[in-house]
Amino acid sequence: MPTTAFLTDSTLCIGCKACEVACKEWNQVPSDGFAWSGLSYDNTTGLGHSTWRHVKFVEMTTAFGVGGNSGDQVSWGFSSDVCKHCEVAGCLEACPTGSIVRTEFGGVFVQPDVCNGCGYCVVGCPFGVIDRRPDDGRAFKCTFCYDRQRAGMQPACAAACPTESILFGEIDDLRKRAGDRVAELHARGLDDAAVYDPRETSVGGTHALFIIRGDARAYNLPPNPEVPTVYLRDAWTAAAATAAMLIAGTLAAFAGGRRRLEGRSHEA
Amino acid sequence: MRPDAVPHASGETGYYGLPLLKKPVWTWEVPLYFFVGGAAGAASIIAATAEWTDADVTLVRDAEWIAAAGGAVSAALLTADLGRPERFLNMLRVFKPQSAMSVGSWTLTAFSSTSSASAFAAAMDRRLGGSAPVRLVHDVAAPAAALLGTVMSTYTGVLVGATAIPVWNRNVRLLPAHFGASGLASAVAILEWLGHEDAALQRLGIAAAAIETATGAIIELRGRDTTEAMAPLREGVSGALTRTGGILSGPVPLICRALGERHRSFRRVAGLSALAGALITRLAWIAAGRASAADPAVSLALPAVERQPSNADTCRS
Repeated sequence: MPTTAFLTDSTLCIGCKACEVACKEWNQVPSDGFAWSGLSYDNTTGLGHSTWRHVKFVEMTTAFGVGGNSGDQVSWGFSSDVCKHCEVAGCLEACPTGSIVRTEFGGVFVQPDVCNGCGYCVVGCPFGVIDRRPDDGRAFKCTFCYDRQRAGMQPACAAACPTESILFGEIDDLRKRAGDRVAELHARGLDDAAVYDPRETSVGGTHALFIIRGDARAYNLPPNPEVPTVYLRDAWTAAAATAAMLIAGTLAAFAGGRRRLEGRSHEA
Repeated sequence: MRPDAVPHASGETGYYGLPLLKKPVWTWEVPLYFFVGGAAGAASIIAATAEWTDADVTLVRDAEWIAAAGGAVSAALLTADLGRPERFLNMLRVFKPQSAMSVGSWTLTAFSSTSSASAFAAAMDRRLGGSAPVRLVHDVAAPAAALLGTVMSTYTGVLVGATAIPVWNRNVRLLPAHFGASGLASAVAILEWLGHEDAALQRLGIAAAAIETATGAIIELRGRDTTEAMAPLREGVSGALTRTGGILSGPVPLICRALGERHRSFRRVAGLSALAGALITRLAWIAAGRASAADPAVSLALPAVERQPSNADTCRS
């Protein structure tokens, strides 16, 4: 089976939200309500249990001349966000039931018939993607259209994208295409274009690559995501030291006073 | 750049200051479970140690029942917190050392089994006036429960520490000792309120209060140079809870126990204070985790100075 990925190119995105709609329809994801955020055209505001594709409307003031910007204008970038399907996935590591698995395509999949809603994956995700649906009790996120991939189809969002901003394919091929695309953008003067693919961090790279412009943080993409298992060594060392202290301390407290207390009576 | 009339996205403010991380979904059951499980684990250590050093038999008996009851209540609380409580047994489908939730679920299952086996076997042994097979069950279960009790009292620190939540993972080395010490203080307090006045309990109470005082001091001092990550422990509702819990589980019982050498009633006050402190502290850590997740400053590595007020309130429910 090929290892697949998304390449989401924000320089091609027109903010139509067809990916959000296609995802909702194919996966039968419930409504996430109507709320006016006041933040550009983004009233969805983030990925969640009922939003698996999310179009960000990134209004930035950019430096004069960068990519043809006149310094007094707002740069309006669009970018369709999705579960990163990490190479080392915090949610998958945290899941105590084995509900969250890695598929043969390399994606991270939550088996809804196994999840018991413990909520530990929610605090395990460094990208704030997975969440527990309150009225259902289980955790949900992007399935990478596992069912469609099994049937040899591309994910619904990629199929619906009218500008090929969302590309789906073999991961090594997409990594190469991302590099080529950024080089092309640089040649055209968009010298702030870059690929977001945190391979140097403990996450070890993702199966959802992004081409963005400017600072990744403006897109709510963390520069240094960490998979929480990196904290385990320190945590269990501290726990083991505490456990030893509890036993030694209790032994000392009882053994130390044993002679003095012998024969002493107690209230019932 | 001109002043912003409307919110903008940038490398300084992130994506309109919206949170990057999801808030912990845990409600009151989980901090209460941390509290009950911590006390039960420590009680099983006290029971095994007291028995091994030939301490008062009623102290051993009561400590064993505290551990057994605490184990049962812990299992109920952890199950109640699940989004699908009827699927608790799915926790036992697999064992994953890299998941503290998996290790904890197995530990809780083994602990509640061994601690209740130990307590019931001891009771049957007394009722039967001595029975070798029953005694064997007790003699195997009691030390097993004590060893598992050390995990029960400390693993919850690993559970919250090894997560993506900044205020939790920045304190990953502190949390196991913090939870272990307050669990021990809680078990001591319950035993004292049941009428036990063994001097060993007083010593354990002093040690636990001293560790908790040190923990509180470390939280206050570390907050000065790593303000962004530690802010939830110092500001807002979670900050107030952290400080209240810290004072009640550290300095107050320490002073009361020092006075308790002469006046017994002060030991009771110290115990009550430590119990309240242990519970409030655990509620505080969960509240701090929620506040920490709502603030993108640390998770997104935003520069501290130019940070705008968070737009977390405008986020959809």
